[in-house]
Amino acid sequence: MALHRPHRWLALLVGLVVSTATAAFTLEEYTFDDPAREAAFRELIGQTRCLVCQNESLAASQAGLAQDLRDEIYRLMQEGRSREEVVEFLVERYGDFVLYEPPLKLSTLPLWIGPLLLAVVGVIVLRRALLNKQRDPEENLSPEEEARLKRLLARTRDPQDSE
Amino acid sequence: MSKSRKTLTYLIPLALFAVLVGFLSYGLTTDPRKVPSPLIGKSIPEFALPALMEPTRQVTQEDLKGRVSLVNVWASWCPSCRAEHKALMEIAQQGRDGSFQVIGLNWKDERDLALEMLRLFGNPYAFSAFDPDNDVGLDFGVYGAPETFIVDRDGIIRYKHIGPVDEEVWQQTLSPLVEELKAKS
Repeated sequence: MALHRPHRWLALLVGLVVSTATAAFTLEEYTFDDPAREAAFRELIGQTRCLVCQNESLAASQAGLAQDLRDEIYRLMQEGRSREEVVEFLVERYGDFVLYEPPLKLSTLPLWIGPLLLAVVGVIVLRRALLNKQRDPEENLSPEEEARLKRLLARTRDPQDSE
Repeated sequence: MSKSRKTLTYLIPLALFAVLVGFLSYGLTTDPRKVPSPLIGKSIPEFALPALMEPTRQVTQEDLKGRVSLVNVWASWCPSCRAEHKALMEIAQQGRDGSFQVIGLNWKDERDLALEMLRLFGNPYAFSAFDPDNDVGLDFGVYGAPETFIVDRDGIIRYKHIGPVDEEVWQQTLSPLVEELKAKS
């Protein structure tokens, strides 16, 4: 069992190296004269979703459809279309789902403000709980416990004092 | 803090949990692979492709007009297309009276293999447009075969079914819609 382990790690390592190599390889065919346009292309295919393997971007996916869409986006950008125009082209055909970042509209409002809303509610609840504690610190102590607490606190304030 | 208020505080996590369960159980009933098409209610994209059976004949969006159509995206390499083929044959039979037609969009396929599949299992399609390079599939927002669009007489896309069409899908969803569109003059 223990003997097999290094082999497994080696296999994993080889697998990782090979898979990243092929992923990088498929993108090298897209060359641009204008570096800014190339950067825009690479950014866009990183932010659009492959609809076949939905957790992969168009840049990362090896699916045939992703290849077609990369080619199409490349063609459109080579023609001089702007990022907005290409995004519009994709959304017209595949819907907002093709974008990793959904556009802000009524149906996506909960996505955008939901987390903020939860955070605000959380802060309000926390604040109230803390204020309550401050106002009424140890409400559940019995008189004996309270006396003991006072004794202990007094001791920490003045370490030289013995009990 | 009073006792009833304390109970209430303990109930808050339970209520939040109930909400979470609500969302999650709704999530179980939906299929993330089925992405709604933005093309519903819009005209079918314009296209001009050679017909699969007659390479010299060109088919366009105009060939769909005047009749309710099921546009079925298929390929010989796609196992689910093979699975739905029998159901499509039966559906096409029902449209023989001319009330609706089944049209194929042969997608990212090879002509020989596509023709071979039709020869072996029958041809449900009035015609199939041959789209080996996903030129037209892209305009239809196709992301996997099989997909089936229902297009009315005026060439407006009314519905998109993702995945194989079987008896149940046809009876419960597609057929009623086709009947409804047929009734509209």
